[in-house]
Amino acid sequence: MNEKIDALLRQVQRPARYVGGEYNQIVKDKADVDVRFAFCFPDTYEIGMSNLGMKILYGTVNEMPGVWCERVFAPWGDMAQAMRREDIPLWALESGDALDAFDIIAFSLGYEMAYTTVLDMLDMGHIPLRAKDRPGLKHLVVAGGGCICNIEPMAEYFDLCFLGEGEDVDREVIELYRQAKREGWDKPRFLRAAAQIEGVYVPGLYAVDYHADGTVAAITPTDGAPAKVRKRIVEDFDSAYFPTKPVVPSTEIVHDRVSLEVFRGCIRGCRFCQAGHTNRPVRSRKPETLLRLGKETLENTGYQELNLSSLSTSDYRGLSELCDGLLDYCRPRGISLSLPSLRADNFSMDIMQRVQQVRKSGLTFAPEAGTQRLRDVINKNVTEEDLLNSCRIAFEGGWNNVKLYFMLGLPTETDEDVLGIAELAKKVFWTWKQHAANKARGVRITVSTSEFIPKPHTPFQWEEQISRTEYLRRVDLLTGALARTKSVTYNWHDAEMSLVEAALARGDRRMGPVIERVWRSGGRLESWSEYFDLRRWLEAFPACGLDIDFYATRARPVEELQPWEHMDCAVSRRHLERERARAYEGALTPDCRAGCSGCGAASLLKEGVCRG
Amino acid sequence: MDKLRLKFAKTGRAVYISHLDLMRTMQRVFSRAGMALKYSEGFNPHAKISIILPLSVGTASLCEYMDFALEGEYDLKMLPERLGPYMPEGIAALEAYPAPCKGAELRWLRLEGLLRGGRDAAFYTGFFAKSPILVEHRAKRGVRTDDIAPAIRSARFTDVENGVRAELVLHAQEPTVSPELMMAALGENGPAYFRFTRLEAYKEDMTPFR
Repeated sequence: MNEKIDALLRQVQRPARYVGGEYNQIVKDKADVDVRFAFCFPDTYEIGMSNLGMKILYGTVNEMPGVWCERVFAPWGDMAQAMRREDIPLWALESGDALDAFDIIAFSLGYEMAYTTVLDMLDMGHIPLRAKDRPGLKHLVVAGGGCICNIEPMAEYFDLCFLGEGEDVDREVIELYRQAKREGWDKPRFLRAAAQIEGVYVPGLYAVDYHADGTVAAITPTDGAPAKVRKRIVEDFDSAYFPTKPVVPSTEIVHDRVSLEVFRGCIRGCRFCQAGHTNRPVRSRKPETLLRLGKETLENTGYQELNLSSLSTSDYRGLSELCDGLLDYCRPRGISLSLPSLRADNFSMDIMQRVQQVRKSGLTFAPEAGTQRLRDVINKNVTEEDLLNSCRIAFEGGWNNVKLYFMLGLPTETDEDVLGIAELAKKVFWTWKQHAANKARGVRITVSTSEFIPKPHTPFQWEEQISRTEYLRRVDLLTGALARTKSVTYNWHDAEMSLVEAALARGDRRMGPVIERVWRSGGRLESWSEYFDLRRWLEAFPACGLDIDFYATRARPVEELQPWEHMDCAVSRRHLERERARAYEGALTPDCRAGCSGCGAASLLKEGVCRG
Repeated sequence: MDKLRLKFAKTGRAVYISHLDLMRTMQRVFSRAGMALKYSEGFNPHAKISIILPLSVGTASLCEYMDFALEGEYDLKMLPERLGPYMPEGIAALEAYPAPCKGAELRWLRLEGLLRGGRDAAFYTGFFAKSPILVEHRAKRGVRTDDIAPAIRSARFTDVENGVRAELVLHAQEPTVSPELMMAALGENGPAYFRFTRLEAYKEDMTPFR
């Protein structure tokens, strides 16, 4: 740490997040390294270090001899300001070298609100923002993560993107890069070759034309790039790389624990859920594999908590066996086990009771909608009976803190559905009154709502988003309905950020300058409410000749060509259209185990058969 | 094994780790090394460890002390070597032994420091030679003014290339004066940049603290 940086670190909050040196960090000898890879997370250290994808890729890229992957995070406001004032470029934690010392600068994008932070980090690292302003092979700027399924708003900034799971394709691209560097290829030649690797998207190799009304007319590949970029998956998930020696932060982060990924994908077909559609098909690890990985990781990190992670952990076939095995190991060592994303059913409640014998933290359920009619529309296979039954078991077992999550503005939602949320909350309260083990302790029921955001690659990708005014009207309606229920607290997320998120999620390439303008007017770390300012976006859209409502609130006709239709996440458009029609009929689609709906994801598997 | 003490150093990149984060880190170090710290009884058990004199973020130390208790029996002489590979960069276990006295007996600290972007050695020497030296500091009940002069046993300043070298012996507990507080006492005459390292700890009578 040089003295100039040391002086800065003394002036800012929580400096430990800027210096690296944590246990298990990987340091290589630069003399043995020919590709330097900066893994950039466009959010704070505390968020980025909690991200499992980052741990996986950090580990797997560093397994490559001659390649050194280091971590870069976005500094908090006080530090960013100080660095800009002192003209200190953004650096990587392991070596302390500035971003411009790296060959490949890779961003992990899981959330649209991080886009302005990408520009900020590039700028703080003295890297030109646009791909066209980086003519050489050095400073190749790439991106991966959930957002790549529609990365069009950021298309002009990235040289290439990874669609789907990164473990294999990242390494293939790095190998190609190494060859290109060794043989002195120019950048266009490298990008043309990279575009031939399955899962690689080179935005610069596609021309997009628009109709006069602003909708997309055509997406045309050039230079031999594939018409559709097919996402990559790790087919054999049981033997897939798992980071059993992750970096252990020396300062507290958001998810400060071992996160054990039990399976990928989701058998549920909730029609609003992007992750549930873009991560198919389901692939699981065996319980014995998970046990081994979990123990190894606990031993290598010293963590006192282990979390089972997936999109819907209740759906893991070996859950009971896994929990028993883990408890046998964890109990005597004082290690606690946590199970998020459980469904409201008997089986899950049974597991919950076994796992949380000592400390009873709150229980969280996400019915998403207040009436059975609307839950059927969104294909959320949870009945009121399931939910109340789960609550009854919980209250009998001594829990007295239940959180219920809902969305407002779902397709076909009426005031009756909104009021249904209040009814459901009241029924949960009555269930507590009837069944609570100890009524003296009282009960806390929290209802939270956020605004529905239509996302690409879901059956609701064509839907409108309700306006903020309408969202607030529904919030008021619900507030009124819950007003006299003392034990129910109602929290609602403001819809300002949802408007921008919706616009970015379904945006096209013309939005690049909007993002730059918002960043130039001070936008960064915008997933943090203290740094988000809607006014910057409302100013930037018209200044760039665009209308935010065209992207956010507009309902699209099904025939319209969407900006992301060259991204093939393996779930077919036909399936999405069919699911949309079924939503309007209020027809449920069974989960993948109860009956295959032929979504198309099985085509990613060698045998073409998905085992759920 | 109860009432054990670990002497350790905290330097380099580890100086930015805060006291609370260090407690968490130390628990994980023991856990990684396969040693179980003893836990308190009760509804919300916590590891029985305490660090005698919390260090300010940014200050290095060659003489930190942590009291702890272990399940099982260990050769204490081997403990630093066993813990070593499990430490984050900048933290080094130096010595482990049964605590011969209470942590409260640690009374004096010898420190060295480097001051830049302020006055010269003669100024600092003159400033800290006078009495009283009044500093305002935030106490539980509002702002309090304290005289720190009695807690400064010695303060030597020498001009070196690019700054001033400080050698201090300060009272560390009841009353406490930290180098940061001394720098605050300088007000606008204080250096723009300073860093300190704790070198050695003593009891009230200036015999070494162990």
